[in-house]
Amino acid sequence: MTRAAAAIGERESNGGALRFPAGKGLRLDSGATLEPLEIAYKTYGRLDAAKSNAILVCHALTGDQHAASIHPVTGKPGWWDRVIGPGRPLDPERYFIICSNVVGGCMGSTGPASIDATTGRPYGLAFPVITIGDMVRAQAMLVEALGIETLLAVVGGSMGGMQVLQWAADYPEKLFSAVCIAAAAKHSAQNIAFHEVGRQAIMADPDWRGGDYETAGVRPEKGLAVARMAAHITYLSEAALQRKFGRQLQRDGLSWGFDADFQVESYLRHQGAAFVDRFDANSYLYITRALDYFDLGAQHGGVLANAFSRARHVRFCVLSFSSDWLYPTSESRDIVRALNAAGARTSFVEIETDKGHDAFFLDEPQLDAALRGFFASTAQARALT
Amino acid sequence: MTPAIREDFGEILRLVTPGARVLDVGCEDGALLELLTRQKGVDAQGLEISPENVAACLAKGLAVVQGDGDRDLDYFPSRSFDYAVLSKTLQQMREPRRVLSELLRIAEQAIVSVPNFGHWRMRLSLMTRGRMPETRALPDPWWATPNIHLCTLKDFTDLCRDLGLQIDAGVALSSGKPARRMDPGGVLENWRAESALFLLSRAPA
Repeated sequence: MTRAAAAIGERESNGGALRFPAGKGLRLDSGATLEPLEIAYKTYGRLDAAKSNAILVCHALTGDQHAASIHPVTGKPGWWDRVIGPGRPLDPERYFIICSNVVGGCMGSTGPASIDATTGRPYGLAFPVITIGDMVRAQAMLVEALGIETLLAVVGGSMGGMQVLQWAADYPEKLFSAVCIAAAAKHSAQNIAFHEVGRQAIMADPDWRGGDYETAGVRPEKGLAVARMAAHITYLSEAALQRKFGRQLQRDGLSWGFDADFQVESYLRHQGAAFVDRFDANSYLYITRALDYFDLGAQHGGVLANAFSRARHVRFCVLSFSSDWLYPTSESRDIVRALNAAGARTSFVEIETDKGHDAFFLDEPQLDAALRGFFASTAQARALT
Repeated sequence: MTPAIREDFGEILRLVTPGARVLDVGCEDGALLELLTRQKGVDAQGLEISPENVAACLAKGLAVVQGDGDRDLDYFPSRSFDYAVLSKTLQQMREPRRVLSELLRIAEQAIVSVPNFGHWRMRLSLMTRGRMPETRALPDPWWATPNIHLCTLKDFTDLCRDLGLQIDAGVALSSGKPARRMDPGGVLENWRAESALFLLSRAPA
């Protein structure tokens, strides 16, 4: 047995790709239709007879469906392995956990690297611009295809949290509870600015070829790596960066040149280099664009509370991290205010940590405790109703 | 009713109508909200400053928002609750006057309890020792007390009048003794009650 298969939690992992043929494709917010559509997904645990224990996990910008199973490209444990697994807050013994690759992604769901049926070549920039709403619509198609009427919970961090909010706005009748971690109801000027730096880095790489690199047999690895490096800084807090690296050098003494003298430089270069192995540059352009376009309040007459007017029955849990400057606590507080104004049942905790935005992947006992408590009580409440 | 229930909680249980929407400001580990949910079937919401306490509340299935009663009452829309409960913390607020008004913006009625600095033990202690009283009800030395806005029952009822709030009921609480109904304006109560709990509403215009 391989190490991957022996890993606990891997036992019952399942999934594949669902294909929606032409005529049954995805209607996009831009007005275009994406067809045929493929949605790649993984599941953990078993759906119970009443189909009442399904939890949809939504991944972040550079995540994918391999939330709790060994990643096929990197060979590393899933991005939320800490949270999903036996004895963990999302226990596959108890819940049926679904995670799908977002539309526009590059791990099996239809994205810019997929073949455009009309041309027989990869979409590249012919891929339509997608939104968080489109991602959620695709997930709803998957959930329906799996025969699930109501999700016990939809949960996600960062971009995953935005999908959670969009679920509450668009499909409240399919939700029993919703957990939104380290997210925002809209992208700020600063958020958009950082993404624009990343996109420009990709597009400035000569190997990007106007998005047509696939057919040319090259990849804009340098540009994508720089995009990842810039973004990675926003995922960490100043304090965490200082604690981890300070001014520590890679070798004894300075090189008096432009090698990676400092450990922080070496770390970022490594992050960039590792990222290009598993991510597609055009997907990065499209998904960052979807995030920039996200403004849930604007979709509802400029009043965020209106987005949740049909979600009064949903149990919400909003979590933020004190040192997150990408989607700071003030953004979560705005969400909480809107939920309260809408009359939804809302819990909110700001978790005290110096780990920054990325804390939702990391060892954060307060996060575990909050999730464990919320899911356990939610499951109990669902059983009682 | 089990004997373990705190006297003031018992009184709140008695005052709240079944199925009401209740906001507990400073709900700590959610003990009161849990009681109210179980025994009165209320729709409970808490506001609590400590993240550990909020996590404990989540584990109990309670809906609790982390926040500060001084700052975060604006989370809640006007008249979104039937009752807002503020248990023995008004004297710790930076702006008790504003907090009281906020409670009655958010809720139809407020249930507020305060320690009584006019209690005879306080008066006696101050008179005989000439120092800030340290009693069962208020045990901390002056330099360590969280109670920055202490008042007597008379002060409290005066403030309610100033704010146009009506006192619908008053209950005297003394440790070790059963709670008893009292006349909120009674001169003797300002000597006798260690602390008091009031049911407030906006005075009819």
